[in-house]
Amino acid sequence: MNEAMRTEMQRDVNAATQKTTKSVQVLSQHVVEVISDSGEGAQRCGQALGGLAAKMGNGVWTMEIIPAEIRPPARSVAGASGNRIRIGSGRVTNGGDEADLVVAFNEQVLLGRVRSRELRPGCTILLESMWRESPDPAIVKAYVETFAELVSAGFKVVETPMERESRKIMSDPRKGKNMFALGVLASVYSLDLDLARDQIALTFGKKAKSVIDVNVRLFDAGFAWAESNLDFKYSIPAERPTEPQIVVNGNTALALGVLASGMEICAMYPITPATSASHYLSEVFENVGGIVHQAEDEIAACAFAIGASYAGKCTVTITSGPGYSLKQEAIGLAVMGEIPLVVVNVQRGGPSTGQPTKGEQSDLFAAMFGSHGDAPKVVMAVSTLEDCFYSMITARKIAETFNMVVVVLSDAHLAASQQPFRRPEFNESWMAPPIDQSAVPAGMKPYDWDEETGLARRFIPGQPGGMHTLTGLAHDRDSKVAYDTDTNEQTLRLRSLKLAALQKTLKAPPVFGDLEGDLLVVGWGSTRGAIEEAVEGLRKEGHKVSSLHLTFLQPMASGLKEVMSRFAKVMTVENNWSDKLEDKIIDENNRRYAPLAMLLRARYLVDVDCWSEAQGRALKPGFVRKALLKKLQN
Amino acid sequence: MSIAPTECLIRLYEDRHQIEDYQGGVPRWCSGCGDNAILAAVQRICRDENLRPEKTMFVSGIGCSSRFPHYMKTYGFHGIHGRALPVAEGIKMARPDLNVFVNTGDGDCCSIGAAHWIHAIRYNMNMTVMLHDNQIYGLTKKQASPTSPIGLKSNTTPHGSYLEGLHPLSVTLGVQNVSFVAQAVDWIPEVLYEILLAAYQHKGFSFVRIVQRCPEWLPKMLEPFLNDPNRVQLLHHEKGLKLSSAVSKVYRNQLEHDPSSIHRAREVISETDVIPVGILFQDRSVPCYEDTRHAGHPRTTEYVRAGLEAEFDKFSV
Repeated sequence: MNEAMRTEMQRDVNAATQKTTKSVQVLSQHVVEVISDSGEGAQRCGQALGGLAAKMGNGVWTMEIIPAEIRPPARSVAGASGNRIRIGSGRVTNGGDEADLVVAFNEQVLLGRVRSRELRPGCTILLESMWRESPDPAIVKAYVETFAELVSAGFKVVETPMERESRKIMSDPRKGKNMFALGVLASVYSLDLDLARDQIALTFGKKAKSVIDVNVRLFDAGFAWAESNLDFKYSIPAERPTEPQIVVNGNTALALGVLASGMEICAMYPITPATSASHYLSEVFENVGGIVHQAEDEIAACAFAIGASYAGKCTVTITSGPGYSLKQEAIGLAVMGEIPLVVVNVQRGGPSTGQPTKGEQSDLFAAMFGSHGDAPKVVMAVSTLEDCFYSMITARKIAETFNMVVVVLSDAHLAASQQPFRRPEFNESWMAPPIDQSAVPAGMKPYDWDEETGLARRFIPGQPGGMHTLTGLAHDRDSKVAYDTDTNEQTLRLRSLKLAALQKTLKAPPVFGDLEGDLLVVGWGSTRGAIEEAVEGLRKEGHKVSSLHLTFLQPMASGLKEVMSRFAKVMTVENNWSDKLEDKIIDENNRRYAPLAMLLRARYLVDVDCWSEAQGRALKPGFVRKALLKKLQN
Repeated sequence: MSIAPTECLIRLYEDRHQIEDYQGGVPRWCSGCGDNAILAAVQRICRDENLRPEKTMFVSGIGCSSRFPHYMKTYGFHGIHGRALPVAEGIKMARPDLNVFVNTGDGDCCSIGAAHWIHAIRYNMNMTVMLHDNQIYGLTKKQASPTSPIGLKSNTTPHGSYLEGLHPLSVTLGVQNVSFVAQAVDWIPEVLYEILLAAYQHKGFSFVRIVQRCPEWLPKMLEPFLNDPNRVQLLHHEKGLKLSSAVSKVYRNQLEHDPSSIHRAREVISETDVIPVGILFQDRSVPCYEDTRHAGHPRTTEYVRAGLEAEFDKFSV
């Protein structure tokens, strides 16, 4: 894929900032990884590179590479910490397939990436060379062996003396060589040096000027070293963006969305990978008159949110898989009492504790069918960074209009990815209306359901004349406990109608590609970029494939069946488990499809197949491409 | 957090309310159930303190006690088992202008909701919490509760319960930020009223354990205490309850107890032969979580916009 997208074009440059003349290879996109032991600053280097490329107008997607442990032992294969940065000429919507260039602070963390097949065979590796001179013979041996192994495997390994060169500028080079590495990358990718220095100032903005100066000197040294020692140089053309953009990760975007949505309270309990949203929110929410309440547990967080929502301030609770499971009974109460509530589930690998730092889409059924009894709730999914922001505004409005629980599904991949998007323009309609404290009109009942839509106006404490007791027991229009069969069935009907009423307002999502063809791919959530990239590539080669990405999983918009009927085959692509027909005992009678496929099959009676992967990493467009090709050919 | 706009309005008149204004229906508790006595005392307090019914909230979990809000003509929230306290905390955080009461039972508070109970004490939000402690699960028909005495025969412990009962007040008195702890019994209405009134008037998390009878499942358990007034020990102090002469005549076992001493409170409560009744502990200086957390700045659209734009600036490229 990378090869296919690469434009092989050579040209000479002799820029004023560059003393040497090197041939510059122009690329349409490149995938870079910067990895180190945790705490060595590779993440900061990677983020600065991403920010810098975004400033230059490149399409950028950055992904955090996070070890599962807080402080894994130094130089361990599972300990890689850093970033993957995919830089493109146009818009970049995902982290891509394999890395084209890697900067590694030691050979062990590099090995981890090699073994998980994250590197393109033969790609360039800029490897810290200090280990060759280590006083510890075991380290020297490991380094020399790995180096030889990588070279014989065909990688272009360039030994880079990051530590040695950085020591010339600062006494503790471990703290500074990440900026040296940034300088090297600035040379490799012909980055704008003035912008780079600004970016460094921004990166260390909170620190003293002397700190910034040292880091700029390290950056310059890295640049100079690369100019005289590397025999390659790339450029990824970009156009300066015409509109202001912001760069944040998915969790920060969610938190900004909470700020913008008019919600005032977030109740949460720490859980990976959701918590960073609350970290950021805790830092800034009070600046706009909001609070983050860290409750004693997940159940309390949900109950607290329900209490605050009930009292008139629609509230959000943010969690991940296990926390979502714990909240189920409380969510059912909100459904029964018709209390607006926004629940965010930043999904991780499951079941049980599963893979806390890694993403999956396996909570779809829990979101739709979780909680006992018939408990209809709205389920929507975010598929881009921009979505993470706007979803909170939409969710709050739906929750308050329909007096329903709105579950918003994100995942660990979006949580830790960054992509520039248009800076939102503040809109007053984002804000929640003031709490209604007017007297309730005489004769009005606490649940005056509309027979056609199931909607009812909600009474909020403080409203004279509206006094009633909300209950999780079956109840009638007066909110009185009802034991009779008719009331129970009628109220089940009315709560269910609300979903239909919302459904009537939804538009079918646009088809990516032609409206008919051989294969329709259906996806939801964070897989969007990878699916659309694969589809686009295949379409360019003449394949009749299109895709559809769902934001609303419950209810689903009208028109989906019609779209599916215009394609010979329909297949979902999901970051999930599904039974494989290659397994001897799996057949049509027992095959468990991936969740979205099961839903589509059940609802639309369409023979929807699925391709899914649950490796704890974001889907790669190249893998999706292979799966689509296989489906097209079968 | 914002200030509710309604709080900025000055009310030019106050309605006087009668007890009927707080009565929300005929209670369906068993006759002789202690819950009835608590309901009567609370309705009197609402009237005497002239609480506005629309500004008053009763929150409960699940169990006999938790039917309480249905019998009030205020706003009520009859939620799920064990979670009355976090719901009440959310309400109070969103709406400090509401008077919040919580009714919870020994199963609801001390078993399934025990984690919330401990932390609610720490939060010290301004609410009045009544622990209806009849030492048995009533609604599910006679199972041992965490406060049941050892040896109690129930449907789940037919040969007698195996564990020592948990003392709700020694637990409460052991948690940081505790600010008001009292104990009452359902069969001395006047003292029950006085204690609940003091609890309501205390700003903070006022926790009142009410030892109450369950005539259906444990009709005889509290009989020794009812039959012998000396087994009820009334606590009085100039900083606590002042006893009327009528009460003093019947209940002669009295102890002067200064509620500012938590150590003495713990000693008093560890007494098993008698039931100490009165205010065990009060500390008015403990800050309320909702006050600590509220920014106090009116949350206008402009205010939010400015904050949001400042954040966008941080992330702009």
